[in-house]
Amino acid sequence: MVKTPSKSVTKKAAPKRKAAAKPKQASKKAVSTGGLKTPIYKADKSEMMDFYKEMLLIRRFEEKAGQLYGLGLIGGFCHLYIGQEAVVTGLQSAIAPGKDSVITGYRDHGHMLACGIHPNIVMAELTGRASGISKGKGGSMHMFSVEHGFYGGHGIVGAQVALGTGLAFAHKYKEDGGVCLAYFGDGASNQGQVYESFNMAELWQLPVIYVIENNQYAMGTSVNRSSAEDQLYRRGESFRIPGMQVDGMDVLAVRGAVEEALKDVRSGGGPVLMELKTYRYRGHSMSDPAKYRSRDEVQDVREKSDPIERLKAMLVKEGVKEEELKALDKQVRKTVSEAADFAEESPEPELPELYTDVLVEQY
Amino acid sequence: MAIELKMPALSPTMEEGSLAKWFVKEGDEVSSGDILAEIETDKATMEFEAVDEGVISKILIAEGTDDVPVGTVIAEMTGEDEDADSAPSPAPKADKEPEPTEAQEKPPEIMREAPAAPISRAEDPSIPEGTNMVSITVREALRDAMAEEMRKDENVFIMGEEVAEYQGAYKVTQGLLDEFGAKRVIDTPITEHGFAGIGAGAAMGGLNPVIEFMTFNFAMQAIDHIINSAAKTNYMSGGQMRCPIVFRGPNGAASRVGAQHSQNYGPWYASVPGLIVIAPYDAADAKGLLKAAIQSPDPVVFLENELLYGRSFEIPEIDDYTLPIGKARIMREGNDVTIVSYSIGVGLALEAADNLAGEGIDAEVIDLRTLRPLDSEAVLRSLAKTNRMVVAEEGWPTCSIASEIAALCMEHGFDDLDAPIMRVTNEDVPLPYAANLEKAALIDSDRIIEAVKKVCYK
Repeated sequence: MVKTPSKSVTKKAAPKRKAAAKPKQASKKAVSTGGLKTPIYKADKSEMMDFYKEMLLIRRFEEKAGQLYGLGLIGGFCHLYIGQEAVVTGLQSAIAPGKDSVITGYRDHGHMLACGIHPNIVMAELTGRASGISKGKGGSMHMFSVEHGFYGGHGIVGAQVALGTGLAFAHKYKEDGGVCLAYFGDGASNQGQVYESFNMAELWQLPVIYVIENNQYAMGTSVNRSSAEDQLYRRGESFRIPGMQVDGMDVLAVRGAVEEALKDVRSGGGPVLMELKTYRYRGHSMSDPAKYRSRDEVQDVREKSDPIERLKAMLVKEGVKEEELKALDKQVRKTVSEAADFAEESPEPELPELYTDVLVEQY
Repeated sequence: MAIELKMPALSPTMEEGSLAKWFVKEGDEVSSGDILAEIETDKATMEFEAVDEGVISKILIAEGTDDVPVGTVIAEMTGEDEDADSAPSPAPKADKEPEPTEAQEKPPEIMREAPAAPISRAEDPSIPEGTNMVSITVREALRDAMAEEMRKDENVFIMGEEVAEYQGAYKVTQGLLDEFGAKRVIDTPITEHGFAGIGAGAAMGGLNPVIEFMTFNFAMQAIDHIINSAAKTNYMSGGQMRCPIVFRGPNGAASRVGAQHSQNYGPWYASVPGLIVIAPYDAADAKGLLKAAIQSPDPVVFLENELLYGRSFEIPEIDDYTLPIGKARIMREGNDVTIVSYSIGVGLALEAADNLAGEGIDAEVIDLRTLRPLDSEAVLRSLAKTNRMVVAEEGWPTCSIASEIAALCMEHGFDDLDAPIMRVTNEDVPLPYAANLEKAALIDSDRIIEAVKKVCYK
């Protein structure tokens, strides 16, 4: 398909280096999507139920993690994903497991669950137990599963963008047809290495989708207090990377948009930038005093745009019975409570584990 | 009087070069800006232009002459308005150093000459007797190591600034683009942070990248990925996600490039668990250890030295010559004192040892080769034999490898010590530019000799 650069790029008549066809003049409607379409995905009932279940699992899992943190069972930093569930659910429902790769920053629990990683071993990592996915040596911010195509879990803001570009480089080098989903937040979008990565990704036409999860606040600093260009989907323009802005509180909008992005990237079109407008209900981490925004603001989003409630309403409209949804909620709660029990009951790592995995080989 | 045209230096470290071609002949009139000749070294070619106007009166060095020392008069010319009796001409300007073509490039040649491989050098026990030896430069050894590993394994690729079409800022990657193509020999923009991260990500994704930093000074822009992304991944993932990557490039002081381009990062990286840090001295180690580094499943920081690139050493003709990581080597056997060193310091230590032999002090020289994991057994074994130790390091004294060796010997070899260990390092200052100050700041063999005498109470 032909990618149309966003309006301002087109105006300057800067032809995309890679585009064989002429860039189309972006229509008024297309401006906010940088020229790529963002159709709403037409899900059938069973798909919608799957999305609902996935989002619910992430929400309940994170609520439980918050409780365990309060009880002192989880230590250090713990960044919850509550409010942003539609982003990973929509995006990761569209990728090919075993072929594509996913990488993100420290707010990573939801991404892992959406990769199909068992909640037990994620929760056990949060509690620092031997049965945790990193044997208790990584913690909330440092979890990985090569088996599930999940490459972390990185604690340094912005680092995952260059690393994800490297994963995309490997996909292209190996010609395995894979695409990397590289997630980062509105805060990371101001890091220099993001733009170094954009430059090389476009220069080398790497198969990567940059996903900015714009939850409006980088810790306590709102986007418009930190970003000269706060329309973050435009951040790739000077690298000729098309951007699209998507309602990240609507799982069907997310899925619809990423399908277009994937189609474009898989066809060899190089990177695409997606800005997902979303919101986190909880603090930046568990130790956030939340003085930078009002209770009303949070409450307003919860009431009007909650991704789970939104989908629930659609399911009810589709004729799904309240009892069915309740049963599903019960099932999810059971899964999460089992994960919490597992995480609490698993032993801590044996002391000799302190010295393992520093290097792969003995020298 | 005739204007003398002298052999120009292409770089601050160049000592000699080839006069590849003359574009003028005797009797030709030339004006300022005309190209007179083409000068070559093993890594660069430069056109030599006329500064003055006049007539070429004599060509003194024929084209095709190799090893012409910098400053040699290669031709004479008569100035435009001068007759034979005119006053001496001003010093010719034609031998002025050319501007480097790029801000970050400093074509290297040897200036601070390390000693020629001394006769007293110990045989390398890992080389079978009767092995044929060939002489190659450290630069060629590094290139051969990469080429051999790239031939063996499709997943090995090299990425960095000017590694492909330019053939390497220091010509270490010369010829690799031709053999392996642009897919595997990749020029990057000037963007260290970015391409170090892309390399680390590619390694996590199953490839074996060799990332060249034009110098390790620029790797400070990328140090987060070397430490936080590459070194810690295996541990943080409980051993399931690896990062088999090599970060390589010149490290340490070069010559007259000032403080921001002259620094030894050995101690920095050697302090990080999860990294392998290698700093070879000679060509054989450069080759054998770089091959080992590329084969390693762990992330490796491979510290080369610009001043050693052009030096030739004997290297064994052995197929797939690979050395073990983490093993020091006795470069010279001795009984009275041990000098521990690595990288360019080994040459200085050997020079010191040869001089000390003349004064009746029999020094053992140990090349650490790998800085992490450190071969502490080799160090302690030598200490137990000689009971005295000097550590020679081209780098700062504070928190240095020398400090680490001293602590190691205190903790595990205290009873073997007959004298305090002495550190011989650079001065504890940013490296100055002025030639005399730079010389005063840098370690040399005289300082090693002085320290050895002190610990030997002589």
